[in-house]
Amino acid sequence: MVKIEFLGPIAHKPLEIEAFSLQDVANRLQDIDGVNEWLDRCAVAVNSEMTNDLTKVLKSGDVVSILPPVCGG
Amino acid sequence: MELYQGSLDVKSIFNKWLDEEIESNYGAFIPFVGIIRAEDNIEALSFDIYEPILQNWFNSWVERAKERGAKVKMAHAIGDVPVHTSSYISAVFSPKRRIALELIDEFVEDFKANAPIWKYDVVNGKRVYAEDRSTPMSGSGILAKKGDR
Repeated sequence: MVKIEFLGPIAHKPLEIEAFSLQDVANRLQDIDGVNEWLDRCAVAVNSEMTNDLTKVLKSGDVVSILPPVCGG
Repeated sequence: MELYQGSLDVKSIFNKWLDEEIESNYGAFIPFVGIIRAEDNIEALSFDIYEPILQNWFNSWVERAKERGAKVKMAHAIGDVPVHTSSYISAVFSPKRRIALELIDEFVEDFKANAPIWKYDVVNGKRVYAEDRSTPMSGSGILAKKGDR
């Protein structure tokens, strides 16, 4: 199982899903109301490393973080 | 990198950083201090931080600065920061001014674009996400792409 966590203002509790790549995660999240409207402007990290590779292979225990637009300072 | 609950104590952080580096033979110390302005009836701004990714981001800047003989430092607030107090300090120490001036610009701009920090206005005690001032991070949008099902 892969854990998905939603950071900052996305009001959704963490999920645990079966996924073998980031594309699997994308497919699942596109079906979830309250999450899917954020996806076009969210970045992604796997185990705290930023990635923009949808073909990235996931293994059980990986943590996928969903990062909406930022504004520090 | 230092994270604090609530407003930053700018003077004590400056003192600490100066004490840390005063013997390091740097000829330039350039700090940037972010202060919350009173506007749009806000009482405060409030911040969420995702520390593991922020630490990775900061570590990459430590390396970039080191390649140029310089050192970067930063401090940021977590939670509510009232108007007229500081939420963010970054600084560059370097042997000469030119590298410090260039690095502080690059460091602060990349911070605004890619540090995993979320800002909220606090109005009447409620937090409202500052969506209109927020920027999608590098690589945003990949999860919106349709794949084979």
